[in-house]
Amino acid sequence: MNSFWALVRRDLRLAVREGGAIGTALGFFLIVVSLMPLGLGPDLNLLARIAAGILWIALLLAALLSLNRIFEADYEDGTLDVLATGTLPLELVATAKSLAHWLTTGIPLALLAPVLGILLNLDLASYPILVGTTLVGTPAVSFLGAIGAALTVKARRGGLLLALVVLPLYVPTLIFGISAVSAAAGPAGMGAAFLILAAISLAAVVLGPIAAAAALRIQLQ
Amino acid sequence: MQTLTQQLANPTRFMDLSARVLPWVAGIAAALIVYGLYLSFFDSPADYQQGETVRIMYIHVPCAWLSMMVYGLIAVSSFGLLVFRHPLADVSAKAAAPIGAAFTFLALLTGSLWGKPMWGTYWVWDARLTSVLILFFLYLGLIALRAAFEDESAGAKLTAVLALVGVTILPIIKFSVNWWNTLHQPSTDFTATVDPSMRWPLLVMALGFTLLFFAMHLKAMRNEVLRRRVKAMRTQAVAGRDRLATQPAE
Repeated sequence: MNSFWALVRRDLRLAVREGGAIGTALGFFLIVVSLMPLGLGPDLNLLARIAAGILWIALLLAALLSLNRIFEADYEDGTLDVLATGTLPLELVATAKSLAHWLTTGIPLALLAPVLGILLNLDLASYPILVGTTLVGTPAVSFLGAIGAALTVKARRGGLLLALVVLPLYVPTLIFGISAVSAAAGPAGMGAAFLILAAISLAAVVLGPIAAAAALRIQLQ
Repeated sequence: MQTLTQQLANPTRFMDLSARVLPWVAGIAAALIVYGLYLSFFDSPADYQQGETVRIMYIHVPCAWLSMMVYGLIAVSSFGLLVFRHPLADVSAKAAAPIGAAFTFLALLTGSLWGKPMWGTYWVWDARLTSVLILFFLYLGLIALRAAFEDESAGAKLTAVLALVGVTILPIIKFSVNWWNTLHQPSTDFTATVDPSMRWPLLVMALGFTLLFFAMHLKAMRNEVLRRRVKAMRTQAVAGRDRLATQPAE
């Protein structure tokens, strides 16, 4: 378990010291969200109604841009080969790297989402719910994304391919993330959708690393 | 005693067997589809509500059924490749993907053509339509992922991993979109709610389309086996020429 946390710490340290990665994702998030009103017109009622959807989609796109960093750099400089031959099972390597991605990208994006809600005239009462759903939903984004990142590590045209492979997998996360926000305003409350979102995240945390490790093994042979 | 799957691991035996089976499958498929088309266009009543547009159903339902069955076949083949290393499993998965994508597209297209007169719109973001659309994206992902690798065997295994991930995620997608209100009618399972005069042409068409798929699948698999043979022979020929070239002149 020591080597697991060492790997997480290393990835966090790299993300902080290399700089840029977190900032770029956040900047992309900000720009996509602020383009929306320009495209849709500045109608505040309309924006308030679709704010949660815009924030979730922009968050997915911003996270998508940073996904290829999970394995690519380590694959290129050979670190991944060393990790694969080490004592830590490749599944746990994938878990550690996905966890680091969630900590460095998922959480900052989730925390920025409500701030950007101001730009979209998001109802103040929805703020805690939005933070809650994005915090609970982003592990699925990182761990499912790791599957795509692992599959395309050696591929030509990796970036576009990654989007094509990963975005369909994000559909349930997106649907339940948004329905939790909109259900919170209704009589039923957000309970059911929120719990299913949590279930999707937990399933992704278990299944993602297994599939990612299988994909890495095929390419590292 | 070897099982059939074990015997088919030998490509030569597969080519022999498929050459003998293919004309029959194709022939029966053609006969059934011709008969089914006759039934659905001339020998079945127009619906009391939908009028003549109900006849689109005879194409639409078999395509929709195949879009799912083919994904199931790809998933089983992928499992066979990753777990049992069956040499034909990858050939099967590779051959099935474009055909499955085509049937999925046809299901979407025919459904959309039917939707315009019936629902008043070509497209709605309804649960069933959305999940089939995502199934279509998954097919595209499989095809694109395979195309992105120089190394064919690595590409095959990675595509198999994605196909299996897709299997776990498909039911989730299906249930998640079911949460939206749906316009598409629920499945009738070919049972009591469909009148026999329409059920029979539908069954004939479904069977005909399924056999049509298997005929195309077998043909595509044979082509793939031949393509690999040609590739192997070319590699050998090039290797042989290189050997000759590097030999010192006498």
